[in-house]
Amino acid sequence: MSQKITIEPVTRVEGHGKVTIHLDDQNNVSQTRLHIVEFRGFERFVQGRPYWEAPVLVQRLCGICPVSHHLAAAKALDVVVGAGTGDGLTPTGEKMRRLMHYGQIFQSHALHFFHLVSPDLLFGIDGDPAIRNVIGVALMHKDLAVQGVMMRKYGQEIIRATAGKKIHGTGAIPGGINRHLDPAEKESFLNGPDPLNIDHMITWSLGALDFFKGYYKEHKEFIDNFAQFPSNHLSIVRKDGALDLYHGVLRAVDNEGNRILDDVDYQDYNEYIEEEVRSWSYMKFPYLKHLGKEKGWYRVGPLARLNTCDFIPSPLAQKEFEEYKAVTNGKPNGMCMHFHYARLIEILHAAEMMKELLNDPDLLTGELTTKGARQPEGVGVIEAPRGTLFHHYRVNEKDQITMANLIVSTTNNNEPMNQSVNRVAKSWMNGHTEITEPMMNAVEVAIRAYDPCLSCATHALGQMPLEISLYDASNNLIDKKRT
Amino acid sequence: MSKPVVATTSLAGCFGCHMSLLDIDERILELIELVEFNKSPIDDIKTFTKHCDIGLIEGGCCNSENIHVLKDFRKNCTILVSLGECAIMGGLPALRNGIPVEECIREAYLDGPTVGLNKEQILPNDDELPMILDKVYPCHEIVKIDYYLPGCAPRADLIWNALIALVTGDELKLPYEVVKFD
Ligand code: SF4
Repeated sequence: MSQKITIEPVTRVEGHGKVTIHLDDQNNVSQTRLHIVEFRGFERFVQGRPYWEAPVLVQRLCGICPVSHHLAAAKALDVVVGAGTGDGLTPTGEKMRRLMHYGQIFQSHALHFFHLVSPDLLFGIDGDPAIRNVIGVALMHKDLAVQGVMMRKYGQEIIRATAGKKIHGTGAIPGGINRHLDPAEKESFLNGPDPLNIDHMITWSLGALDFFKGYYKEHKEFIDNFAQFPSNHLSIVRKDGALDLYHGVLRAVDNEGNRILDDVDYQDYNEYIEEEVRSWSYMKFPYLKHLGKEKGWYRVGPLARLNTCDFIPSPLAQKEFEEYKAVTNGKPNGMCMHFHYARLIEILHAAEMMKELLNDPDLLTGELTTKGARQPEGVGVIEAPRGTLFHHYRVNEKDQITMANLIVSTTNNNEPMNQSVNRVAKSWMNGHTEITEPMMNAVEVAIRAYDPCLSCATHALGQMPLEISLYDASNNLIDKKRT
Repeated sequence: MSKPVVATTSLAGCFGCHMSLLDIDERILELIELVEFNKSPIDDIKTFTKHCDIGLIEGGCCNSENIHVLKDFRKNCTILVSLGECAIMGGLPALRNGIPVEECIREAYLDGPTVGLNKEQILPNDDELPMILDKVYPCHEIVKIDYYLPGCAPRADLIWNALIALVTGDELKLPYEVVKFD
């Protein structure tokens, strides 16, 4: 007799997921699936809308990183209005957007680390679920909670100053940006009273890294081995190989570090990337065309970015990067829990980039927008907090959108998340016919490492919680638990 | 006296309303002194463990699961608040209301430029997936809603003022600038 287990809903990830686990006659895991259960239909209902609405519309797919959608759509439409890709904008246009984006990376990563991940580190993945949450952190580790809150606040304020609103702003428009930075705000971001100034943010970013590295030292076995596996990695990088979260060319490396995609102009993304539809999930499964479905899937996000880039163009983060790369002797890192390590290095990088930008006079004056010969279609790609995000639009002569295609970060990580679930399930469930709480949380910890935004991924979002169902070989439900 | 109990959920929303709740920043520490959170994505409690005084609902209903969760909230909360445009009137997801669901599915899984190889015409269709509704419904068409907080997302100050008013019973003072509809 074999069995099937379901975990639903996944908590502390942004969106709704459900895991099913099937057991075979020997009660060993025979199949696992992470189902994404929400569907919105964005690609269809955006058709017929005027193109300039896209940057404000699409971000409403995801309130956790709306800026990423806002900017990816604006970048695609830059191409449509003839402003070129990425480097075609005016200095003010590009730099204001960059500041907005690094503010976004900073707040989103801070939210993820302090609110979603720190409970597992502080209380253990088998800790009491009643306190293993951000409120538990706030009550028992107040300093850390305050840091998380203030770092997020700083990022959100940067977004407000560049986009006009903290959530679902309007700053980026096709061809540029619609405002300058206010000089008084610039001054306060740079030199405001502690802790809300950039130097304090840099200090706290370093502190968060130290906190993680300390934890890593004591729990090396867990951090290195938990749900680790080799894979391909994809991101954009700057032309010269530097980490660049706003603009660049597509690059992918395999598990050995060989470049399997290099220096690719993302306007041609659909020559290289394809998506598989599987009947049991609303989320598609992307892969590199030339390697095929079986071998072509890849990871995106902080872990992938630090595997594809050659260096980080800001001094403090570069130093951390070198230490981080030494762990794997410079080889690509496939360790799932190292996502957190990589994410913290990116927080530091984002803080350094914000500082550099805030000191740039181009933010205060200069042309805001530019345009050129109108084009019928455009692709915009950005490194969102959770990974590479593709937006692609076609626009008719009446300015209406006729086609929209999005491949969002979490969708890119669909197969890797499924692989992680599979590994965790095998190591905890083989031989068992009952779901335990720590086992459920282990599945969640594996999924959470990707910081999945299931909302974006399905262009919808429902419940956060997770349900695991366990089925036997004859497909009878034998156990089901909700966390 | 025990603290008022608050629950929150996100149905067919984008989580932006929850993010706006977090945008009360430092006041979040005050809030957790003032109220106790029960079922909410914020604290990881996934099922109701007691009756709640206030339920905040983000998002409208786009599938059978949303309806189920919303009804469960009505049963378990004394006061229900529609938080944001999606809960109040469907919001962005309701743009699909004039379009047959099949067309939306076709576009996403068969006609898009990157699903070239879907020759077998596979569509999501599995017992594990909840049923998509014909339309996206605002919450008050499904259950009784007591209060509405507009905005997309409602500003953090609006959420804060409303929560404080509900918790203390004091009259809600709303400066003009705090109520926004975008
Ligand atoms: S009202 Fe706006 S912010 Fe709230 S869930 Fe809907 S789209 Fe997101």
